[in-house]
Amino acid sequence: MLELKGAHTHIGPYHILQGVDLTAEEGRITMLLGRNGAGKTTTLRTIMGLWRPSAGSVRFAGREIGGLATAEIARAGIAYVPEEMAVFSQLTVEENLRLAARSGPIDRQRLDWVFHLFPALETFWKKPSGLLSGGQKQMLAIARAAIEPKRLVIVDEPTKGLAPSMILHVIEAFRQLKQAGATVLMVEQNFHCAKSLGDQVAVMDQGRVAHRGSMADFAADQALQSRLLGLSLDSHQ
Amino acid sequence: MRKTYAILPALMLLALPLVGNPASWATLTVAGLAMGMMTFIMASGLTLIFGLMGVLTFAHGAFVTFGAFVAASLLTPDLAMLPLALLAAMAAAAVLGALFERVIVKPVYGQHTKQILITMGAMVVAEQLIIVVWGADQRMVELPPLLKGSFLVGDATFERFRLLVVAIGLALYAALHLALNRTRLGLLVRAGVEHPEMVEALGYRIKLVFIAIFALGSALAALGGGLWALYRGQLTASLGAERMIDIFIVVIVGGLGSLGGCFIAALLAALLFNYTSYFAPSLASLSEVILLIVVLLWRPRGLMG
Repeated sequence: MLELKGAHTHIGPYHILQGVDLTAEEGRITMLLGRNGAGKTTTLRTIMGLWRPSAGSVRFAGREIGGLATAEIARAGIAYVPEEMAVFSQLTVEENLRLAARSGPIDRQRLDWVFHLFPALETFWKKPSGLLSGGQKQMLAIARAAIEPKRLVIVDEPTKGLAPSMILHVIEAFRQLKQAGATVLMVEQNFHCAKSLGDQVAVMDQGRVAHRGSMADFAADQALQSRLLGLSLDSHQ
Repeated sequence: MRKTYAILPALMLLALPLVGNPASWATLTVAGLAMGMMTFIMASGLTLIFGLMGVLTFAHGAFVTFGAFVAASLLTPDLAMLPLALLAAMAAAAVLGALFERVIVKPVYGQHTKQILITMGAMVVAEQLIIVVWGADQRMVELPPLLKGSFLVGDATFERFRLLVVAIGLALYAALHLALNRTRLGLLVRAGVEHPEMVEALGYRIKLVFIAIFALGSALAALGGGLWALYRGQLTASLGAERMIDIFIVVIVGGLGSLGGCFIAALLAALLFNYTSYFAPSLASLSEVILLIVVLLWRPRGLMG
C-alpha cells in the first residue's frame, strides 16, 4: 500500500530523514514509534508532500508520490490528521466536515457513524470549532479524515494531551476505521495505545527506521523496547 | 455583531434633528451612502486580500486607477455600454491582479516589510505606466445621459447615479457575504487563511484559491475606480493613490479582513463626512480621522476585527 525506500528529507540545513525504509500494509495499523526528534513527524509530512523528499522513493498504491503536490497526494486517497489537529476554528463543525467531504455532500450513513463515535460533534454541529475543547477538536480532526472512505489514514499523535476517557474514544475510532478496511499509519507516544491498536510497528532512531516487525513481538520484547524507546517509553507507560 | 450594524441607522437618526430639515437630511444621507458604497467596493478587495492572505498591498490603488481608465476609455453615451465598460475593467484588472500575485506578491508571502516596500514600488511604477498609456492630463468622464440629473421626492433631491451606486454596493455586499459564508469556495478561503497546509492536505489547491482572491480583489478595486471616476466626472493617474488613505482608514476601522466591518466603516465614514460638511464644514475633512481614533480607542481591532 505505502512504501518508503531510502527516503531522505532536508529541512533547511538539517538532514532530518536519513534513508527511511518503511511499509504500511493494506488493511493494517502500523505504529511509528521513536524518541522525540527521531523523525516521525517529518516522515508523515514527507509522505503528505508537506516536505519534499530530497532523495529516495515514496510509493503509494503502486505509484510514486514523492515530490507530488500535497493536494495531489490527498486526492490519491490519503487522509492526514496532523499533530496540532489544524481544525478550522472560524468554521463550524459542520463546515469543517463539509470541506473534508471533497467529492460531494456528506454521506448520511458515514455521518451517523461519526456521530456514534463522537457524540460531541453532533451536539456542537452548528458551533464554530474554535469553541471546542482540545479533545473535541481531536475528535473533529479524526472525523475529518474519516468522513470519506480513504485508502490510507496517516495520523500524528492523536492521543497527545487527551484525558484517559477521550483516549479510549480515539482507540475505538481507529479500531472501527480498521474494521471498515482502512490502512492506518500512526505516530504515537502513548505505548499503551500503540500496543492496543497496532498490528505492525516501525521504530525510528536518528532519521532512520531502526526496527520493523509485528507489534505483538515488539510488545513482548522489553529489552528491545528499552533499547529503542528508552526514557520516552517509561514516561508514557 | 448585529449590534455593530445598528451603528449606521443610529447615526442616521441622530443626524436628523441636527440637520433639521428632513429633505436635506434625506439628500445628504443618500449622497453619503453612495460615496460610502464606492469606498466599500474599492476597500472590499483590500480587506479580502489582507484578511484572507495576510498581504498588505499598497498597490491596490493602482488597480483602482487602472479600472477607472479602462472603463472611461470604453464608455459611450449609450447606457448599455456602462455595464460592459465596468465589466471589461474588472476582467482586465482581475487578469493583472492574478499576474501581480504570481510575480510580485508570491515571493514575499509572510514578509510584511517587504510586502509594503515592493507593493509601494509597484504602485509608483503602475502610476507611471498609466501615464505612458493614457497620458498625464486630467480626463473628463461623462455619465450616460440617462444617468445624469436627479429627481425630487417631496423636497428631497436624489441623483440617479448615486441611487444606482447604492444599489450596486448593496448587491455586491450581499453577493460577497453569501459567497464567503454559503459556498464551498468561501469555506475554502476562510479555512485557507487559518491552515493553508491542512486545506492542501484535504485535496484542495489553495494556491489557486489565493490567486482567485487576488484577482477578485483587483477586479473590485477596478469597479470602484470606474464608479468613482463617473461620480467625480474626471480622472487622473493619481486617482487610486488619492483614494488609498480613505481605503486604508475604512479597512482599519472595519477590522482587518472583515468584509462586514469594511461595509459598515465605509458607510459610517461617508455619512459622517456628509453630515459634518453640512453643519460644521471646517471639521468635515477631519471626520474620518476622528472616526478612526474613536473606533480604535473603543475597539482596538476595529469594529468587527
